[in-house]
Amino acid sequence: MNTPTADRADRSDHWSGGDEPIPIRHSTVTGAMSQPPQPDTRQRRRGRGPLARRDALIGTGLVVPTIVVILLVVGAPFAWTVLLAFQRIRLIDIPTLSVFNAEYTLDNFRETFRDPDFWRVAWTTVVYSVLGTLLSLGLGLVAAFAFRRPFPGRAVARAVLLAPYVIPVVAATTTWRALLNPQFGFINAVGTRFLGWDRPIPFLSTHRQEVELGPVTVGIPVALLIVILFEAWRSFPLAFLFITARLAAVPAELEEAAVVDGASAWQRFRLVLLPQLAGVLALLAFLRFVWTFQNFNDVYLLTGGAGGTDILPITVYQDLVVRNDIGTASALGLVMASFLLLCTIGYLRLTRRSYS
Amino acid sequence: MSEEAGAEIRRSKAALRARPAPRRRSVSTRPWPWRLGRALVIFGLLLFTGGPLVYTVLLSVRDLPAVVSRPLDLLPTLDELNLRTYWIAFSSPEQGGFGLGRFMLNSALVATTTVVVTLLASIFGAYAVARLGFTGRRALAGLFFTVYLFPVVVVAVPLFVLFARLQLRGSLAALVVIYLAHTVPVAVYMLRHHFQAVPESVEEAAMIDGCGRLGVVLRVVFPLTAPAIAATALYVFVIAWNEYLFALLFLVDRRDRWTVSLGLAQLTAEVAPVTILMAGSVILSVPVVVLFALAERYLVSGLTAGAEKG
Repeated sequence: MNTPTADRADRSDHWSGGDEPIPIRHSTVTGAMSQPPQPDTRQRRRGRGPLARRDALIGTGLVVPTIVVILLVVGAPFAWTVLLAFQRIRLIDIPTLSVFNAEYTLDNFRETFRDPDFWRVAWTTVVYSVLGTLLSLGLGLVAAFAFRRPFPGRAVARAVLLAPYVIPVVAATTTWRALLNPQFGFINAVGTRFLGWDRPIPFLSTHRQEVELGPVTVGIPVALLIVILFEAWRSFPLAFLFITARLAAVPAELEEAAVVDGASAWQRFRLVLLPQLAGVLALLAFLRFVWTFQNFNDVYLLTGGAGGTDILPITVYQDLVVRNDIGTASALGLVMASFLLLCTIGYLRLTRRSYS
Repeated sequence: MSEEAGAEIRRSKAALRARPAPRRRSVSTRPWPWRLGRALVIFGLLLFTGGPLVYTVLLSVRDLPAVVSRPLDLLPTLDELNLRTYWIAFSSPEQGGFGLGRFMLNSALVATTTVVVTLLASIFGAYAVARLGFTGRRALAGLFFTVYLFPVVVVAVPLFVLFARLQLRGSLAALVVIYLAHTVPVAVYMLRHHFQAVPESVEEAAMIDGCGRLGVVLRVVFPLTAPAIAATALYVFVIAWNEYLFALLFLVDRRDRWTVSLGLAQLTAEVAPVTILMAGSVILSVPVVVLFALAERYLVSGLTAGAEKG
């Protein structure tokens, strides 16, 4: 499951309180918790009092266990991926594997980049991520504005809106597969009965469906569109939450001033609110793109990569589990990570410029 | 913005609201096409999100032959109403079921352990990053952010190799270790947000009363933020409960160790009847939905932390 975040506090350290009261409880913590080790560390001591100095020391001590865990579960495996990516290794080689007597080569990357399938799959992944992100943000924006002012039953409706984000991905895909099933799925039943479809459409395995739009015939990538729609369905509640939170923080004076100046509803949205939302929309677009790009579960569970929905994470999985080629799987993973790193740098550059 | 300025703005906002005359135009004064449009949009969104969920529940209590022959009749007739699907999905294969009960037990075990270890690994670090000024704090916040965005598929490869070599495939403990990669950065992030919301003055007061920094953390900060910590724990639980890829990579050969997410996905592959699958989806979702409902307020504020500032 994707984990949401919006990390801004590292730029501004003032606490963002005020939106919700912390209930004060008078209870004492019983049972001494073991103190984490406090290693010697060099601290900058310029212009700081003894309390700040001791805090700095304690702070370092407290944060070390967290760093160690992250280095162990993310850092070390990633470093190993880098090494594996430069070796010709298959699963059967594992028992004799050693970092030291390994032969390092660029073969995995050469093989990956020469494979025409790689470019096709990479393109599909980009299309999937970009369209999924845009649709997710668009739906989130529409929902946030529709739910902005109170209406009867808003709290319940809001909970329903959040449901797709909360329920397990396996449950969600199972439901969608049933809905879209050619034999008994509701969508196909409606289509053949009321919409004049000749025969049921196997949505999750149809690579291309020719549709006549007047004089032209258009090929529609059905399965790809379905997984994009599913991605938006599952992730737009996050965009809805983010945009709602940001909308609530827009000072009422701004809009009131615009009303006084005679701005129409569209002008207020376009010229007053949208600029206020620019930051959070950019952040959401970035986060959704990064997470959609590496999303294995949703597409694999819906289509298994059939019907032209082959995306990079699925290829990594198949390299690993089906072809047992650890080298190319690592190389492909590394290519993905590098691309996402470039995106992150680009995002940070862009936003920093517009903020300053 | 200074405290006083903030208070001033709040006062003037309150004054503005108190006066009846220059209020914002309320919804009811908008023209009716506007209101109709909004109602249609809300209805459409509810149908889009809630529709599939209602479909799941309705299908789960129907008879399979009836579903196949009359897919358009969504409401089950009274005589076909059938709750046995839940029992079949839940009970063990010896009882003629699909064994989701066993898988739920595995998931509960994995998720609970993940919660405990995650909190231990992240709670003090989160406080340090939130409040204590030590060298490299900003860089560290950046590191945690990067880890968040990191594609987990990439670490799947070496972990697959490692556990294959250590013969740890099929071990639930190994799965917990992997889940830490997902959960620790989230937990640090959410907890840090909640710790930052504790007024520094409260902590300073405790220190004047003779508390050391660790005393402040254990006796003031943790009790004050207990609901938020609980909400974070629930969120971590949900992540572990929902996880699929790593369960698939490491447990697929060991049916008795399957988590419930993996179990349901495997039942799909084994072409279990759709009514059973729908019942399974409900069984899989209910614990998560309940937990989320319990903690919604804190989760929403934790998830959207920072959005207000953006």
